[in-house]
Amino acid sequence: MADEITLEVARYRPELESEPVMESFQVPLREHWAVLDGLTYVKDQLDGTLSFRWSCRMGICGSCGMTVNGEPQLSCATFLTDYAPGPVRVEPLRNFPVIRDLVIDIDDFMTKLPEVKPWIIRDVHSPVEEGEYLQTPQELDEYQQFSMCINCMLCYSACPVYSLEPDFIGPAAIALAQRYNLDSRDEGAEERRAVLSSPEGIWACTFVGECSAACPKGVDPAGAIQRYKLTAATRSIKDLLMPRSRR
Amino acid sequence: MNRRPGPEPLLWMLFSSGGMVAALMIPILLFLFGIAFPLGLLSPPDHSHLFAVLRNPITRLVLFGLCALALFHWAHRFRFTLYDGLQLKRYGAPIVVLCYGGAVVGTVIAAVLLIRL
Repeated sequence: MADEITLEVARYRPELESEPVMESFQVPLREHWAVLDGLTYVKDQLDGTLSFRWSCRMGICGSCGMTVNGEPQLSCATFLTDYAPGPVRVEPLRNFPVIRDLVIDIDDFMTKLPEVKPWIIRDVHSPVEEGEYLQTPQELDEYQQFSMCINCMLCYSACPVYSLEPDFIGPAAIALAQRYNLDSRDEGAEERRAVLSSPEGIWACTFVGECSAACPKGVDPAGAIQRYKLTAATRSIKDLLMPRSRR
Repeated sequence: MNRRPGPEPLLWMLFSSGGMVAALMIPILLFLFGIAFPLGLLSPPDHSHLFAVLRNPITRLVLFGLCALALFHWAHRFRFTLYDGLQLKRYGAPIVVLCYGGAVVGTVIAAVLLIRL
């Protein structure tokens, strides 16, 4: 195995460049080094001005999403040896404005996420003394895969609809809404309905499925969206046939 | 953000049911009438027998449902192919008229043909 690999890193320093340029760095090719370790090596040893986001280094925090050789990846979970002999092209996540180097502006997602109210909503909260809201393993299975989302936004980067329709609420936000809609303890489906079944919600999705292919945690946002399309369509036809039963 | 309810739920229902019935029924019809009967793999029903089957109201209803839903499936898919694939969303209104209008026209033609059998 060669002992070095070339990282081609997208650089964008607004004070220096009007648009991103690629810069190459030679980094050690070690068996257990992820792309993130390569970038850390660059920052520690070669060029301290390189900017990128990271936190946990173990695929939990969702901070280090980048485009690696054209694919959205968590840079901490993408190993340099898989790209040997290189070069490895590292760019910021697509479909987001770039602030600096590999750092993207996530404000759009941060604004959209709370709109779907991704938390447990109860009509009446039972007092703590009454104990936990119990749930069977089957009820847990209903939503558990959606609860694995780490908000890394790889699905937004992979989604061709989001790149064309920036107003689209997007895969992760809809999957997280379904995580609560399908939770037996939750009673907030009605509150989430207006946002989810708007033209910028599920109906913008054309079921390309790239979100589910890109997800590093095995969540199936495309499935969540399709499932909610059926829920919303059934619901709106009921409203049409029985307008008085509308809550 | 815009939160008005639209016709999308209905169009999507037509799209999804059209996709399902087309996927279930068209391969069978194509196999029978496009491959098995012309190649003599199965002995074809004679003309009067086939006509009797076609004149049954249930057959007409099923064929009408298949034609109408499959056309609306096409309309929805083709609309988004034009919107996103060819990036023509700025011509949204004429595209909608072309796609769903085409499906309506096709549905009417199918109904007329099936009624006049």
